[in-house]
Amino acid sequence: MIRIFTLLLCTTLLLTACSEDKDDNLVVKSEATASFNFTHNWNGTAVTNNNFNSIQYTNENGEMLSVERLRYIISDITFSRDGEDDIVMDIYNLVDVTNNANTTLSLEQKIPTGTYTNVSFTFGLDNEDNAENYLDLNTQNFNVPQMLGGGYHYMQFDGKFINSSETEQGFNYHAIRAVDNPGMNPTFPQDTFFQVNLGEITITDNATLEVKMNIAEWFKSPNLWDLNLLNQMLMPNSSAQIMMKENGASVFSLGAISQ
Amino acid sequence: MKNWFICLLLVISVSACSKDDTPETEAYEPTPLPLNIPKIFLDNIIAPVIPNSNPQTVEGVALGKKLFFDKKLSGDQTIACATCHSPQLAFTDNTPTSIGVAGDFGTRNSMPLFNLAWNFDERFAWDGKELSLERQALEPVQNPIEMHSNWQEVVSRLQSDEDYPELFRLAFNTSTITKELATKAIAQFERTLISADSKFDKYSLGEASLTSQELNGLDVFLREDKGDCFHCHGTPTNPLWTDNIFHNNGLDSSFTDLGLGAVTGDTNDNGKFRSPSLRNLVYTAPYMHDGRFATLDEVIEFYSTGLKQSSTIDPLMKNITNGGVQLSTSDKADLKAFLITLSDPSFTTNPDFLE
Repeated sequence: MIRIFTLLLCTTLLLTACSEDKDDNLVVKSEATASFNFTHNWNGTAVTNNNFNSIQYTNENGEMLSVERLRYIISDITFSRDGEDDIVMDIYNLVDVTNNANTTLSLEQKIPTGTYTNVSFTFGLDNEDNAENYLDLNTQNFNVPQMLGGGYHYMQFDGKFINSSETEQGFNYHAIRAVDNPGMNPTFPQDTFFQVNLGEITITDNATLEVKMNIAEWFKSPNLWDLNLLNQMLMPNSSAQIMMKENGASVFSLGAISQ
Repeated sequence: MKNWFICLLLVISVSACSKDDTPETEAYEPTPLPLNIPKIFLDNIIAPVIPNSNPQTVEGVALGKKLFFDKKLSGDQTIACATCHSPQLAFTDNTPTSIGVAGDFGTRNSMPLFNLAWNFDERFAWDGKELSLERQALEPVQNPIEMHSNWQEVVSRLQSDEDYPELFRLAFNTSTITKELATKAIAQFERTLISADSKFDKYSLGEASLTSQELNGLDVFLREDKGDCFHCHGTPTNPLWTDNIFHNNGLDSSFTDLGLGAVTGDTNDNGKFRSPSLRNLVYTAPYMHDGRFATLDEVIEFYSTGLKQSSTIDPLMKNITNGGVQLSTSDKADLKAFLITLSDPSFTTNPDFLE
């Protein structure tokens, strides 16, 4: 009798030890969704398309300006972890502030929860991606002519500024792959896509990461931008393209994370 | 014997009520007619817009074509859609603005009609006031300067016609004619008006070569420090040759026609008009929303030296204080030569599009 009772007790203990604990609500997710919310500001003041077409911003060089069109590509979102391979998402997204389109990007692929030493993306398209044929970007007229190297704009940022003659003048701050010798055999002095690092992020649940673009930074440092000198026809100007890339380093930052 | 008779009656009565074993006649459905999308479109741009509520069908397109060419749609039955949208002129006319039934002229140049299913924002007309092809087709019929009719009259006229009720039945499964069905049919026909067989299309497909003058013209078109036409009209990777977006291209310093601004009520949109496609320019003179330029030379000269400053001029317009991009005489000639390569003679002679 004692032997039977002991056997039953042990079996019960074994079974209950292995069963799922339903007594508490602790559910640790192993995977989560990730979304990016692209917001825009001028030195901290929010900018949306509602603020377009009005000369109301002053850049670091003292020129007053408006935004009339702003759209740019981000691509290759990467999640980096210690001791693990990077999770690289070979995607691109055309953020169109003018039409308030694609300002939120929800990744189709879930990512493991945990701490990432860095989350990054490419501003523009790397050279391999830039050589692809994207029907949606063609449809959006985002191409760069072949004689300028082909591929796509990284950014179209158009507006007007008050020039030194106190006259409104257009500017086209268009970022592309820097190119020299436009024509049949263009050359490329330096890559001008760049990686944006958002830093360490811990993902515990479905997360939305705010990516902030401070538009003013495009004009600030390390190259103080003088719109009276650099306003239009900047695509074939490789020096201007390299300056844009350098200034772009401080344009993006991580904002709020909700999860 | 009596039981046998009762059994027979039962069998007859049951079989009389049972389902007929012969197959039912299938309900009539119009024949689907997918758009014939050119390779150069398939290779470069996304799929066209076909509303779920108005799929393309053989019968719908045929009805739409008949309506498009039928003068019954105008008040005095003297003009049809095709009067201002002539197939031989890439579906526009050759006057600055178009004449209506009473001999009055409107205020806008008749827009050419082609590749309309690739207007992805579905804002039609120069000012974007028409939010679909179906809705656009409603307007000219009742416009007092244009066809000066009303849809009630037109529907009544079509309903009493000996052919139309049957054509509507074939297209839409009903012989009861409505203005909505009539405009659906017209829109179906208009979506078939595809132009993609120009010399430049052939060049893009490796089937033709361009002269050195035409190639230099392409260079002028694409260079940001020369013509910089491509920011609004696209590169060879967008065979539509328009962005279908609204711009103030510097025609006037003040506006008698507000364009998009009159539609949106936003003063920032004043003086903006939709970029027209550069296809078929050989056939579509005169140019601009009011037909103010009679020739391509005048258009090129305008962009070179004639731009006017205004509050809403597009920031893409360059060197405005000097009137524009200041092309040399040879660059202007080359640019014109290139633009002519975008014209598609087969489009204007396509029997599917002729009356």
